[in-house]
Amino acid sequence: MSSTLELAWFARHEIRLAWREWLSMMTAGRKRRTRNVAIGLVVFAALMHLPAYAVVGRFADMSSDADQTALIVVTVSLFLAWALILSQAMESVTRVFYSRADLDLIISSPVMLANVFSIRMAAIALAVTAMALLLSAPFIDVLALAGGPHWLAAYGVIAAAGISAAAVAIALTVVLFRTIGPRRTRVVAQVLAVIIGAGFVIALQIAAILSTNTLSRFAVLTSDTAAAFAPGPGSVAWWPVRAALGDSVALFGLLSGSLVLLGATMAAFSSRLGDDVVAASMGMASVTARARTIRPFRVGSRPQALRRKELLLLWRDPWLISQTLMQLLYLIPPAVMLWRSFADNSAVLVLITPVVVMAAGQLAGGLAWLTISGEDAADLVATAPLRASRVTRAKIEVVLIVIGIAFAPLVLPLAVLSLPQAIVTACGVGIAAASATAIQLWFRVQAKRSQFRRRQTSSRLATFAEAFSSIGWAATAALALAIPVVAVITGLLTLAIMTATWKISPRRD
Amino acid sequence: MTTDQAVPALAVRGLTKRFDRPAVDGLDLIVRPGEFYALLGPNGAGKTTTLRMVAGLLRPDAGSVSVLGVDALADPVGAKQIMAWVSDEPMIYDKLTPLEYLEFVAGLWGRDPAASEATARTLLASLGLAAHLDERCEGFSKGMKQKVALAGALVHDPNLIILDEPLTGLDAVSARHVKGLLQERVRDGGTVIMTTHILEVAERMADRIGVIAGGKLIAEGTLDELRQWNGENHSSLEDTFLALVDCGAVAA
Repeated sequence: MSSTLELAWFARHEIRLAWREWLSMMTAGRKRRTRNVAIGLVVFAALMHLPAYAVVGRFADMSSDADQTALIVVTVSLFLAWALILSQAMESVTRVFYSRADLDLIISSPVMLANVFSIRMAAIALAVTAMALLLSAPFIDVLALAGGPHWLAAYGVIAAAGISAAAVAIALTVVLFRTIGPRRTRVVAQVLAVIIGAGFVIALQIAAILSTNTLSRFAVLTSDTAAAFAPGPGSVAWWPVRAALGDSVALFGLLSGSLVLLGATMAAFSSRLGDDVVAASMGMASVTARARTIRPFRVGSRPQALRRKELLLLWRDPWLISQTLMQLLYLIPPAVMLWRSFADNSAVLVLITPVVVMAAGQLAGGLAWLTISGEDAADLVATAPLRASRVTRAKIEVVLIVIGIAFAPLVLPLAVLSLPQAIVTACGVGIAAASATAIQLWFRVQAKRSQFRRRQTSSRLATFAEAFSSIGWAATAALALAIPVVAVITGLLTLAIMTATWKISPRRD
Repeated sequence: MTTDQAVPALAVRGLTKRFDRPAVDGLDLIVRPGEFYALLGPNGAGKTTTLRMVAGLLRPDAGSVSVLGVDALADPVGAKQIMAWVSDEPMIYDKLTPLEYLEFVAGLWGRDPAASEATARTLLASLGLAAHLDERCEGFSKGMKQKVALAGALVHDPNLIILDEPLTGLDAVSARHVKGLLQERVRDGGTVIMTTHILEVAERMADRIGVIAGGKLIAEGTLDELRQWNGENHSSLEDTFLALVDCGAVAA
């Protein structure tokens, strides 16, 4: 087979695999669901145009001679989108590195490894770009419908963002791998992905709190200070926004720049990526973590043994480390606001409560899945001389302990400022965590912890119920502080959501 | 490990389980204390389903299961306290070290920590894992993981050990370690029930062999008794097994 034919054949194989993986993720592996999922996606995409209009509708009339503030807001929003795409790309690259499903077959075959890995890099870029285009489509459509077809050039900007983000993600992961080794790279890459994805938004929020005492990140972007530091109108920094507005030269520059970046990455790393990927999978086998000290077996009851095991596994879970870090990062802005409020007792302080309650619900949902559904030794626990109800109770206790440890540092200082608000926040955290845990319990399906990524597709109902309950309890907690009568209504509505979820769940004994 | 010789280690009566079709069909089985019992059968015969019901992992549709006199359906916790289950897929946690895993298992079975720690170290050493006590299992081969799982089954000193294809994925040296440990356990008065596709293992290790097909026990006895099955003198267990399974398939 000639080199070109080989490349084309392998590219087709990669695209087919990526398509089937995506389809399986969307349908949770059930073929009969494909049509329903397709209809659901079309309806969802159509509905997404409404919130998209609310977010970007005001920029539809923007032209290339727009004022600097508008240019700053759109440019920073595009950079934010790029950071999120980069975060996703890093996640994809890490997965390719550490999944050896077809590695032995590929490496033992008589193909040029540099070609194979070039295609694999291109496939990552394609998948990342396709996802970015899909997610940004409602926003671009709204802008094109309301402001004119020149906005369709924004698709090109997003494509350039996807390609360049994939190139940077590959380079970053390879460099990490070569400097800190295979085992650390896995955790560090996940943590970096989180920081890149969330860090920029959070930094803007913190800046907004420090300057204007508001959680709105736009406050900084529309300030005079931002305008003063912004580059002149002819700067390359405005190319992305100009390209999105239909400037063909800027668009060509961005697209060709991103393609050159990807090409350079492929040329620089593809020949040795095979060795790195093999080392990553083999390295995980030979470089094993050692316990720091060997201590004697601990005394305790059976539930205590279970709780200790769950806590140890959570502590050693790289996904949980990155997710908890993300939750904690999102809690930094309210924490800064709390700290500011010690000096200036602002009414804005009330905003902390829903943020904290919402974060608690989301974190509890992930923790509950890991402890309740993600049991790697299900048979062992099931054959232990312990009632199933006691096992479940111990696992729920672990979720609540971790939530308590994570959120106490925020709720306790709040009590110094406002005891009623601290009590409402603590109750909200407890109820949101308990609700998310209950939903995971009602919809539990035995799985391996490594399947965590697919938890949200195994039951969309559970995912939506978890999100709605967290939002509902967050709103209820906020309203309990501002308009208590309305809080009763939102509380009852959230309870109704929980009841409906329980009714339609495959109720467990 | 003390057992009353008058009480069967395992007594199964009329055990039935249906999925789309009957997987186990009114099965009767008695295993004596201190016996090494091998359960053989073709794929889909109902071996694993039977053992999963005995271990409390599946609820039977009908029938009874008694483990050393304890009714496993009425008192599952009591029955689980005195038995251990090892499946063909190692049930361990990648993020724990072998010692941490055994500490967890000993804790689940409520064993004395000091005594279990000594047992755990001895078991892991005898399985050739002494150099890996404080390494996380995530880097282990399947054989090493299977040995850790087996050590977990033995660390709480069960009277009855049920193993479903425990030698799958083990190299010759590891298989020898495992077989040695199981035989030692039987010599000490424990009871072992094992399914295997390796007929040579059953031939060499088992005191009695049961052959299951179509969810029913179609033959049972010592190796010599089975060789003489149906009045024929089969030269090997393999010949006997194939003849029995052919006959079982015809009967089914």
